Amino acid sequence: MTDIVLSKVCKRYAGGHEALADITLNIATGEMVFITGHSGAGKSTLLKLMAAIERPTAGSVIVNGQNIGALRAQGIPFLRRNFGLVFQDHKLLFDRSVFDNVMLPLDITGFDRREGAGRARAALDKVGLLHKEKARPITLSGGEQQRLCIARAIVHRPSILLADEPTGNLDADYATGIGDLFRDFNQVGVTVVLATHDMHLAARLQPRLIEVRGGRIVS
Amino acid sequence: MKMWFAAHRRAFTGTLSRLAAAPLASLFNILVIGTALALPLGFYVVLANLQGLARDFSPQPQLSIFLVPDASTGDVHDLEQRLKSQSNISGFRFVPRAQALETLKSRAGLADVIAGLPTNPLPDAFVVTASASDAAELAALRADFARWPKVAEVHVDSDWARRLDSLLALGRYAVLMLAAALALALVAITFNTIRLQILTQRDEIEVAKLIGATDGWIRRPFLYFGGILGAAGGAAAWLMIWIALLVFNTQLQPLAALYDIPLQLAHLTAGDSLAALLFAAALGWFGAWLSVRRHLHAYNPA
Repeated sequence: MTDIVLSKVCKRYAGGHEALADITLNIATGEMVFITGHSGAGKSTLLKLMAAIERPTAGSVIVNGQNIGALRAQGIPFLRRNFGLVFQDHKLLFDRSVFDNVMLPLDITGFDRREGAGRARAALDKVGLLHKEKARPITLSGGEQQRLCIARAIVHRPSILLADEPTGNLDADYATGIGDLFRDFNQVGVTVVLATHDMHLAARLQPRLIEVRGGRIVS
Repeated sequence: MKMWFAAHRRAFTGTLSRLAAAPLASLFNILVIGTALALPLGFYVVLANLQGLARDFSPQPQLSIFLVPDASTGDVHDLEQRLKSQSNISGFRFVPRAQALETLKSRAGLADVIAGLPTNPLPDAFVVTASASDAAELAALRADFARWPKVAEVHVDSDWARRLDSLLALGRYAVLMLAAALALALVAITFNTIRLQILTQRDEIEVAKLIGATDGWIRRPFLYFGGILGAAGGAAAWLMIWIALLVFNTQLQPLAALYDIPLQLAHLTAGDSLAALLFAAALGWFGAWLSVRRHLHAYNPA
């Protein structure tokens, strides 16, 4: 079974810049895939297309059997609930506690709050931040913020985890810890797609590697 | 269903705590809306009171027929016969000139002046109650009476009430137009307030959208905010009018004592108050809806 199918995908931005050209790619359920390449090669754009943050200019992106290009705006929220998204810039909300940041995806889906609290604590425990649940994200270190972002991405038990440079600006120890987290999720059946240029991580986790250069897949 | 209620309760309490988080800003917002609403509402209150007064004082449709000064008892009898055969009047009463003079004497300290007159200057008169109150019919009746012999003049006594009535009708239109203009202002105020809120909560909206929030979920707290703001503004307007009436009625006391009539302006009825409050809430909600609709589009995928 395949989760994500891209066929002949092009993405051209207003102004003529072509970020992706003729991408064809299948990612199966339960796979772990690293998308590598230099910055500006189109890794982030590829992830954004998968998460319906952007629409393809040409070609089709099909996630869980749904064609993102043809998806109506009302359908997008429900598609996104299949994903856990880990952002390079974390996108944490600094006006609320660590715990409330993790609760957000559950609030959005209308999860019962008491039941949700248990799940949120389990997710925080998983990334080693349970002791900081009452803290504000601003007081966390860069690595902790990244782990908080991961906790928020997994709390609603998504079937696909999309992460953009999750180890981007972390030192090696933190990066290893986070890599192990992703491997754990993958081992319980979550499809993991990472955009990264961290080759140490790739060497440790042995994922399927897809290299993007100049908007095309080269290997 | 239970989930739906829980989500709405959360949006509601969240809105209240957001209002409480910036008490001064919220207060001023509410005051601005309150003032905008107090104007048309206040006019409406004054108008409703005047209308009540007009209704109380408005007499039966009456005409006075004044006879020429030299009319004889025979002439009076003639006219009496004519009036009796008239079908479109419901009654009449003869006021002889001597009685009219007595009435005048007993009133308003005019006795001295009247005592100084060599003869009675007042004419005999009939006071006629018409069966119809329609202005055109009264005018026709008046023209009829004026053509009768020995009749000097005919007055339609209820003219002033009709004039007041049509003036009040004009006032109602003015209130309506004012209300429409200020309703627009209220929508604009909430539109802008919500726009600012959306800007300050950009991050939250963006993240929520990215992790699967529907537009409805994002919109809900803003709509509640607009509705609550409108309702609070309506309540503020109600209070402002209440205070104004309190002051005004105190000032009205000496005047009322002078004329010996109970002169008191009443506040909106409970039904009107509720309607005003709901209307204000609806306007706030609508302003917020327009604003959110306009500004959430920016977050859809391109």
